[in-house]
Amino acid sequence: MKEGGLSAFLAMGGYGFYVWTSYLVAAIAVAVEIISVRARKRAAMKSVRKSGHRVSVPDDIQ
Amino acid sequence: MSSIAWFKLASPASFFPLARRLVPWFGAAAAVLATIGLWVGLLVAPTDAQQGDAYRIIFIHVPAAWMSMFIYLVMAFWCAVSLTFNTRLAAMLAQALAPTGAMFTFLALVTGAMWGRPAWGTYWAWDARMTSELILLFLYFGYMALRNAIDDPRRADRASAVLALVGVVNVPIIYFSVKWWNTLHQGASVSLTSAPTMAAPMLAGMLVMAFAAWFYAIAIVLLRVQAIIVEREKNANWIGDLVPRTR
Repeated sequence: MKEGGLSAFLAMGGYGFYVWTSYLVAAIAVAVEIISVRARKRAAMKSVRKSGHRVSVPDDIQ
Repeated sequence: MSSIAWFKLASPASFFPLARRLVPWFGAAAAVLATIGLWVGLLVAPTDAQQGDAYRIIFIHVPAAWMSMFIYLVMAFWCAVSLTFNTRLAAMLAQALAPTGAMFTFLALVTGAMWGRPAWGTYWAWDARMTSELILLFLYFGYMALRNAIDDPRRADRASAVLALVGVVNVPIIYFSVKWWNTLHQGASVSLTSAPTMAAPMLAGMLVMAFAAWFYAIAIVLLRVQAIIVEREKNANWIGDLVPRTR
């Protein structure tokens, strides 16, 4: 960013729509993936807990 | 070397804690690299003489396109391992790679359209590069759909592995399409055999973003494989040790 400040930066020489749509879609895709994978792991762990899984270690450990 | 017990690591029970420990490191590396890459790409790299600022899509587009192909190759490799040695962890890794591969393929297609419009005047053309990349997206979808359609996970592993291995022929077609056919899509941006034609900050930004994408993919796949391990090994005794006791 040399001259023109923020508005010139956002305008991207007239290509702002194409450039920022690309970056926005990428950011959303990554965010959605991170949130959904975390939720999937949490759900998997929870279902194990719910099933009342027998723990293989004795009680005095942990 | 004998101190590394590869066969022990190949069991989901020992791989799970390793994956859990590695995720924050790869995730942090990806975040740092993405910050540097975006700074170089958006603020340091000069405006392109021919394409203006529209070329800045390259910092998303090229890493996404590379990852879409590379992840498919890695997925096919683990499919081959799981078919040959009948190892559960290899199949789980392949299963964990597919959604991230599909995500990068989707991004490569969308950002390509966003670049195609200002550069060629069209969002989409049935050109060899674009068509074969679209086929890659369908291969990922087909792999995931086939998995989901088969209830027995071990049968799903084998059937989807065969599909993934058949589809691997598409990857060299994508890669060499700009050479084999006279495509609308431009040729390779980076070549190992010739001097770089891009300005140094452009090339640096692109490579840093490619490494960021690579580390991100490792982190998210290691996170997803943990979920898959828990889903599939639900009834194994060791899984119970992972979760806090219900009172």
